Amino acid sequence: MGKWEDNKAWFLVLPVFLLVAISAIIPLMTVVNYSVQDIFGPGDRIFVGTEWFEDMLSNRRLHDALWRQFLFSGLVLLIEIPLGVLIALAMPKRGWGVSVSLVLLALPLLIPWNVIGTIWIIFTRPDIGLLGVAINGLGFEFDHTSAPLDAWITVMLMEVWHWTPLVALLAYAGLRAIPEAYFQAARIDGASPWAVFRYIQLPKMRGVLTIAVLLRFMDSFLIYAEPFVLTGGGPGNSTTFLSIYLVKLSTAMDVGPAAAFSIIYFLIILLFSWLFYQALQNVGTGDRQ
Amino acid sequence: MTLVLEQVGKVMGGETHLADVSLELRPGSLNLLLGPTLSGKTSLMRLMAGLDRPSTGRLLLDGRDVTGLSVRKRSVAMVYQQFINYPSFTVYDNIASPLRRSGLDRAEIDRKVRAAAESLKIEPLLDRLPDELSGGQQQRTALARALVKEAELLLLDEPLVNLDYKLREELRAELQEIFRKGRSIVVYATTEPLEALMLGGSTAVLDQGRVLQNGPTIEVYHRPTSERVGQVFSDPPMNMIEGEVVDREARLGPVIRVPLSGHLGRLAPGRYRFGVRANHLFVARRNPDQVEIEATAELAEISGSETFIHAAHSGTSWVVQEEGVHSLGLGEEIRVFVEPRHIFVFDQDGGLVEAPEGATPSLAAQ
Repeated sequence: MGKWEDNKAWFLVLPVFLLVAISAIIPLMTVVNYSVQDIFGPGDRIFVGTEWFEDMLSNRRLHDALWRQFLFSGLVLLIEIPLGVLIALAMPKRGWGVSVSLVLLALPLLIPWNVIGTIWIIFTRPDIGLLGVAINGLGFEFDHTSAPLDAWITVMLMEVWHWTPLVALLAYAGLRAIPEAYFQAARIDGASPWAVFRYIQLPKMRGVLTIAVLLRFMDSFLIYAEPFVLTGGGPGNSTTFLSIYLVKLSTAMDVGPAAAFSIIYFLIILLFSWLFYQALQNVGTGDRQ
Repeated sequence: MTLVLEQVGKVMGGETHLADVSLELRPGSLNLLLGPTLSGKTSLMRLMAGLDRPSTGRLLLDGRDVTGLSVRKRSVAMVYQQFINYPSFTVYDNIASPLRRSGLDRAEIDRKVRAAAESLKIEPLLDRLPDELSGGQQQRTALARALVKEAELLLLDEPLVNLDYKLREELRAELQEIFRKGRSIVVYATTEPLEALMLGGSTAVLDQGRVLQNGPTIEVYHRPTSERVGQVFSDPPMNMIEGEVVDREARLGPVIRVPLSGHLGRLAPGRYRFGVRANHLFVARRNPDQVEIEATAELAEISGSETFIHAAHSGTSWVVQEEGVHSLGLGEEIRVFVEPRHIFVFDQDGGLVEAPEGATPSLAAQ
């Protein structure tokens, strides 16, 4: 009797277990499986140990893609987080302006990712694109299909346009959650607007900004669809980010190296997310004497 | 320093928040603002602090007009119902923050911070951050921050309302002691009649942006000048019933007959509204003078050592506050007893006609 009751609890855990197994554990283990074998066909495979990993870690093109990726994610964080906070601070606090600005902010987030790439291709075309024609009209040569710097600028602009609203929305939610009494108390203390921002608003936004930094880091580190549609990774390899390179590898049927690469990729994201989380947890507790 | 409010009013967005408020606040006094939520307590405090400018009327500080003077140029400290501290400062730095701008030297600041922390019993917590404190400790820090400033005007907006019962009792007792020692004008807003009675001082009863009555707390409690004050300054609100005085007796509703003894003896024949506080109603007869009321029990709310019995009597609803735990069935017939000497009498417009005797100010103050 007692044994039956114990077993019943297992049935309750089973759906979750199945779900996690199918969605995460089995695919991940498949990748692990590929990463340590050289597969020629079904039933025809040899165990290669860490060979693919060593290959990948010494691969020049992967190194280039990795540094490109860090530069890109670093710039994304440096631009989007302060810009998002500034937008949130400038947004109206009450009245009809609130809904208007919220809807306007949310618009880029609602557009499918590859559509965004397409929009920006057209937007920046030097012959018919609004932005492309405008910049060339000002006397600058601008063509993201031939100049690497132009391609970078275009991808950054697109990314900032697409995702800063998310940071702004998060920061705005954080700001609105601060009780009015804090600002009253600051006025009674005679605090300057900068002091209010530095000692009340910023510490109170720590939680949402942690989430914003983590989300923006992970998403930008995984970016694929928009630059792939916009530049295809070019010109040359100048906008080939990690995931674009990974897809090039795996569609070339280099499954083993691609699998090893995937695992390295996964571990990098895990490591950096953890580092950011730890660092941001301690921000604001650093003022202790 | 004496703060005088002269017919102060505040209209915001077409809505009247305050109308015609006149008060005089003396140094070293404890002034309570008692009123339900949205009665204008916070609006009034904001005007006193100089956070808002009144739409009408004047504020005088020792006879000097300070109506338009900004909050920065006034000597004000304020404590809120939320626990407001700088989140990234330690308790020590939080308490010191109002002093840092005053140009005092380090040793003096240190002495004052430690004295304030000692009086609020948070000395061992000086190195902690607000997030690492319990609610009670956070509010103690906020109080210390306000006290250390030694401001001429100390405003407390329902400071204890977010604390649990035990802490509230403890901190209230300590606050009374601190208020007694200080020379500031203390203004303390509360919605709870019981809290007002415990704190003493003087009370201004606010309702819908107007001061209904202002005077020593105990006097306002015993002689509410209007039915509305009686309602606000009773928890649960005073039980009211329509009635009339004819043939040397008071008829409360269709059934209850009360002999005109004591203060009721001075009533002229006519229609009145009669009021009895819940704690003056009993479910058992205590003495032969008590008048019996037949009622139907509707609900018994047990709150700790007391029970609030809601009962219906010929179309009116009564609340009886009784010691101990009583469980009553719904619809059970009960008898409620009231003594004539506890009955308040208001006229048809809600103005006080007679208040129970023995509740005169001189007697009550003893």
